[in-house]
Amino acid sequence: MTPLDIAGFAVLLLLALAAAAPLLRSVRMLQIPLAFSLSAVASLAAVVAGVMTVAAGSVAAATMTLGIPGLPFHLRLDPLAGFFLVVIGLLGFFVSVYSIDYVKGYGGERSITQMIIFYTLFLAGMLLVVLADDAYFFLVAWELMAAASYFLVMYEDERAENRRAAFLYLLIAHAGAIAILLAFGVMAAQSGAAGFDGYTFDAMRTAHLSSGWAAAAFFLAFFGFAAKAGVIPLHVWLPEAHPVAPSNISALMSGVMLKTSIYGMVRFAFDFIKVFPWWWGGIVLALGLVSAVMGVLYALMQHDLKRLLAYHSVENIGIILIGLGLSMIFAAFHLPALAALALVAALYHTLNHAMFKGLLFMGAGAVLHATHERNMEEMGGLIHRLPWTAPLFLVGCVSISALPPFNGFVSEWLTFQAFLLSPALPHPILKLLIPLGAALLALTGALAAACFVKVFGVVFLGKWRGRHKPERIHEVGWSMRIGMFMAALTCLLLGILPTWVIGWMDTIPEQLCGGRLAESAGKFGWMWLTPIAHERASYSGPVVFIGILAVVAVTWLLLHVRATSVSRVPVWDCGFVKLTPRMQYTASAFSMPIRRVLGFLFAVREQVEIVPHTNHPALPGSLQYRLRIRDRFWNWLYAPQGEAAYWIARQVGKLQQGRIQIYLLYSFVTLIVLLVFLG
Amino acid sequence: MTHSLAAQINSLLAALILLSAFALLAQRKILGLVHIFAWQGFFLALSTAVIGFASGEHHLYISSLLTLGMKVFLLPYILYKLVHKLKIHRDIEAVVNIPTTMLLGIVLVVFSYHLTAPIRELSNLMTRSTLAVALATVMLGLLMMVTRRHAVTQILGFLAMENGLFFAATSATYGMPMVVELGVALDLLIAAFIFGIFFFHINTTFDSLDVDQMAKLKETD
Repeated sequence: MTPLDIAGFAVLLLLALAAAAPLLRSVRMLQIPLAFSLSAVASLAAVVAGVMTVAAGSVAAATMTLGIPGLPFHLRLDPLAGFFLVVIGLLGFFVSVYSIDYVKGYGGERSITQMIIFYTLFLAGMLLVVLADDAYFFLVAWELMAAASYFLVMYEDERAENRRAAFLYLLIAHAGAIAILLAFGVMAAQSGAAGFDGYTFDAMRTAHLSSGWAAAAFFLAFFGFAAKAGVIPLHVWLPEAHPVAPSNISALMSGVMLKTSIYGMVRFAFDFIKVFPWWWGGIVLALGLVSAVMGVLYALMQHDLKRLLAYHSVENIGIILIGLGLSMIFAAFHLPALAALALVAALYHTLNHAMFKGLLFMGAGAVLHATHERNMEEMGGLIHRLPWTAPLFLVGCVSISALPPFNGFVSEWLTFQAFLLSPALPHPILKLLIPLGAALLALTGALAAACFVKVFGVVFLGKWRGRHKPERIHEVGWSMRIGMFMAALTCLLLGILPTWVIGWMDTIPEQLCGGRLAESAGKFGWMWLTPIAHERASYSGPVVFIGILAVVAVTWLLLHVRATSVSRVPVWDCGFVKLTPRMQYTASAFSMPIRRVLGFLFAVREQVEIVPHTNHPALPGSLQYRLRIRDRFWNWLYAPQGEAAYWIARQVGKLQQGRIQIYLLYSFVTLIVLLVFLG
Repeated sequence: MTHSLAAQINSLLAALILLSAFALLAQRKILGLVHIFAWQGFFLALSTAVIGFASGEHHLYISSLLTLGMKVFLLPYILYKLVHKLKIHRDIEAVVNIPTTMLLGIVLVVFSYHLTAPIRELSNLMTRSTLAVALATVMLGLLMMVTRRHAVTQILGFLAMENGLFFAATSATYGMPMVVELGVALDLLIAAFIFGIFFFHINTTFDSLDVDQMAKLKETD
């Protein structure tokens, strides 16, 4: 079986599951395990196909008999597509396993069939986006993915807030889809091919565009994909849609659906257009930096766990765009080795983000499942109630904070290497400006770490702050634990074996920008990663991992060597007897210093209200503190547009007079005017 | 009867149709309007018969008979019944006063002659000179709908427009194909019934047939 056959099998299995889901409803007990374990099998098949393709660097294409008359659908599996198949399939596998127990939580309340249909269609849509090889099929798959995810975001549709979030998502996704359609139109019109042939990706690869049309095509596509990816300022749907979607869906949307737009950007820049001026990369880099810094700052201000993670997706998409932008700049100056380094950094981070963000959303889902609470200020001390979820969530926190030995560190380190090599550029101003971006990336990493100290500290450490009794909270089911465990293990493996991963994906930069990395990166064996030369920089994941493991083991031994060395006692109350768990350090308090320093970036409103004592009005009874932080981009960009649309509608509404004579007069005048012009 | 005589008779009938169109604009009483409408239909039927005789297109006789039956007897009878049933004999108000409406009508007639001038040059049918009248009748019907407030006058304006269109068809091309004419006749009949039903509903909802009352249905103020 060729890799393309295996990928086709994965898609067909998912589509068959979607079709068969209503039939499975009669076997209630089996429906969930059967549907999600088969989804997991399909995802695994996609991973196999992707791994084989990338390792061999093979390109396979096929033409389906299906499709629009005169334009059959085209499929193609090259290393870039294969890499994204691995990203989608791997997280799809973990989340499918996780979903078996997670979706059981909805049993009896909502239609499970609906969830299964849209879940499988969503996965199939994402796989087809990557496999499509003509513009029509790509857009059909893109819309399948968007529509299925819309219904999944709307899954708990009895709340107006969820419907509103889903609508916002659909609106922005469609604005983006129109831009992508226009970009394909520009490419097809300029490719010079006759009829519909211009809409195949092959024609776009060989098209020779003038620089103006090429820029128009690329930036239309970039805008369209950026709307899906949540690049600032098109990110507003993300923090609305992710919190309201079921957590397994949030994991897939944030982990892999956003990545399909990275795929689209790489496809457009490196595969279709190939030759471009450096300022394209400059714009991508600048937007990436803004998204990274603003995303993490907004994330710090949130106290809804899933909303916070959604803003971190904005940040991480920013980091991926930084790598992509650098790669485009290097490629524009004909530095293939450096372009390959930056592209590998971007793609590696794409894979890593899928793993750790998927893990974090699954962990958030587990917390939500156990506590029925989304507000971090109501949690605390969950490490005692959720002994499995807590360490797995911690792995995700460490990975996203870019700390060794986990995977986030490797890809951000590679991005830094690309930054530090930018003085090789033959352009004096870029030489000066690009290293400043490295400083912003460093700031992003530090703020992300601060943010996850807050998350882990407030949610899992300390004491329970919630209103109901914590005794009701129990560890989640086995399939959820297994799904999270596999994702965490992948995070670790990707972190300690980067040389193998880079060697495996070396065919992608070789085909896209003519440079290779594995030769120099793996010069010192699998232990040491030396992206350019070992004199400049090297990193050994295994050595760092073993070092950390040794330190942890020694500390643990020292602490547990005597039975009395660890003792559990009540918290010391400093002699003040009325301490309650609600007096603990809160999430808002933790982020307050940063809010004070960088408050001008947000629309912050703080209110302190003194409620008088009921018996003695002169004495203060209680203090009420209200904090509201809003996204400034909403007021800057979106509210004026909404108001303008409403204003125009009101002006047009004046045509509606309600008097028949006036309406007749409209047609009468139109008739006379037309007759005058034609006569 | 020679061609020139037929053309002259036809021109006379065209003049009478135009005159009745102006009479519709000038008339204040609803029953008066119904009578004038019946007369207009009669002239139209006569004109169609004359053209059919002169041109040898014998299917026009059927059109003529249809017109006679529909527009001279049936539709006026339905409207007459309606007016009696709804007890709306009183004068009707115009949005624009009658002298101004007449002046506007004259402007429209001149405009129609100006518009059809190039067609008169090209055509060699004996009826070519009446095309302007037909177009003017259409526009006068539309003008009547725009300037009157009462629902029944709106319908009469609409029917007068249809008369104009029918006349235009006969004078420009010696009539439309039979199937089309039959279809149009059936449509008109059904339209008359639907109008009748709507009148009852409007009358019971608003206690009046003044279409200005329907401004209340507007969505916003």
